[in-house]
Amino acid sequence: MLKMTDINAGYGDLQVLFNVSLHVDEGECVTLVGANGAGKTTLLRIISGLMHIKSGEMTWYGKNLLAMHASRRADLGIAHIPQGRGTLATLDVMDNLLMAGYCKRVRKRRMENIEKMFEMFPKLKERRKQIAGSLSGGEQQMLAIARALVMEPTLLVLDEPSLGLAPIVVEEVFETIGRIRDSGVSILLVEQNLSLALEAAHRGYVLETGVVAMEGKSEDLLSNENIKAAYMGI
Amino acid sequence: MLAQSIFNGLVMGGVYALIAVGLTIIFGVMKVINFAQGECLMLGMYAAWALHRATGLSPYILIVPVMTVMFLIGQFIFSLVINPIVGRPPTDFVVVTMGLAFVLVSVIQLIFSPTYQTVVTTAKNITIRLGSVSLGTPRVIACGVMIAAVLAVRLFLKKTDVGRAMRATAENLEVAQMLGVNTRRNFALAFALGVTMAGLSGLLLTPIYYVFPNVGMPFKTISMVIVVLGGLGSIGGAVLGGLIAGVVEAVLGAYISPDLAPAGIFLILILVLAFRPEGMFGKGARKA
Ligand SMILES: Nc1ncnc2c1ncn2[C@@H]1O[C@H](COP(=O)(O)OP(=O)(O)OP(=O)(O)O)[C@@H](O)[C@H]1O
Ligand SMILES: [Mg+2]
Repeated sequence: MLKMTDINAGYGDLQVLFNVSLHVDEGECVTLVGANGAGKTTLLRIISGLMHIKSGEMTWYGKNLLAMHASRRADLGIAHIPQGRGTLATLDVMDNLLMAGYCKRVRKRRMENIEKMFEMFPKLKERRKQIAGSLSGGEQQMLAIARALVMEPTLLVLDEPSLGLAPIVVEEVFETIGRIRDSGVSILLVEQNLSLALEAAHRGYVLETGVVAMEGKSEDLLSNENIKAAYMGI
Repeated sequence: MLAQSIFNGLVMGGVYALIAVGLTIIFGVMKVINFAQGECLMLGMYAAWALHRATGLSPYILIVPVMTVMFLIGQFIFSLVINPIVGRPPTDFVVVTMGLAFVLVSVIQLIFSPTYQTVVTTAKNITIRLGSVSLGTPRVIACGVMIAAVLAVRLFLKKTDVGRAMRATAENLEVAQMLGVNTRRNFALAFALGVTMAGLSGLLLTPIYYVFPNVGMPFKTISMVIVVLGGLGSIGGAVLGGLIAGVVEAVLGAYISPDLAPAGIFLILILVLAFRPEGMFGKGARKA
């Protein structure tokens, strides 16, 4: 459903992505891994329309996505949890969730969806009047995920959800991601934690300084000797 | 005598607060200062004066039409000169809005000539007595309308979808976009709302002030001081800052010299910034 072909992009004179091609199919969980500065966040920002590209194509169910403004992509069902979570710190928890139901696509069902999220994350219900900025890192990640789910995403894009979280919370987050995947939502997951990411995903791409160095089924990547040596220190 | 000056100050402070709240809405969402805010106040005065001349109605009855006109003017100015510079460095915004201020004054001068105009209301001749304090009705009405307007703005920001989207835009433009918010439209709305607040302040001033093209100048300076005093982007801070500025001005004016009043306001600003560089209600440096 999402297809990127030969994407070249960068900041000013600095080119960050070189002929990157990537696709995510319906119901698929795809991971994008790579070292710091490889260009993962840049790629996700292109999907959300926050960044312009130099050349290449990007389509959504065959339609040109590049021509569509960032603010209209939420209505397609693309929900993006940016690096650093992107919760609105000055708004309270409830307002954050209500904002997820701002787009026309889910506006009518948002209260229903928010109730479902409160069942899934009772902590959030307790804290619904609290300013999001005062939540703990783990709670903020939960809020970010809940907010994305209120949007009833067709494609959920996550940028390093494990960043800055304690191992036990990371486990919780990945359990949640697993449940979302099993419910049939397509996922594009960026992670530094390669083994966790490949365990959760069906397929993976390895990005090295802006170039897709390897791609394939998760099992194959997991057992690949080069990857083991380079990323897992085995 | 002191009580009288304090009341006078609070009432004038209410008008200052309203202009400053307008500036604050624009700053909060767009992170830029509108240097034509005083001229927008002037436009509001002229709109009230012109409609008053044409219909013979009291300016207070004209509040809704004048606010509507000001909102449309705000939208028009936004799409003409502000929209093209959205996303460019803040200095561009300073230059453009300063230029806009000159243009607005010149245009009004061309149309209506630089002569002083007045709006006559019956309210002007009635004073309200509170013990030893007597207050001109227009000033009391101005203060009341200010309170109502500020409460309405707060309610709008807190409780409506559009208001919530504006707060989201103010905090994080990119996240707001990813949630489906048309941030451009929110900028236009915030700008027009700020202009409307300035215009409303202008209308409220017509019974007590002469209407002339440069009338906005002193209000512009003082409202900027108030916005900084209150902490950039805080509506509560702008209201409190406005009231403080009004009281300081009135007390200094009554006891020392009216010429010294602005100096007193600046002195307070310097003192507040010395102890709280982010202003009374400021949250410190914010991420864009
Ligand atoms: N706003 C920007 N302006 C200029 N250069 C940038 C900007 N954002 C990122 N870069 C550069 O682009 C390159 C790729 O950055 P990007 O954030 O996409 O990497 P990443 O793979 O997400 O890294 P990390 O794992 O550390 O988050 C880096 O070299 C970075 O310095
Ligand atoms: Mg990144």
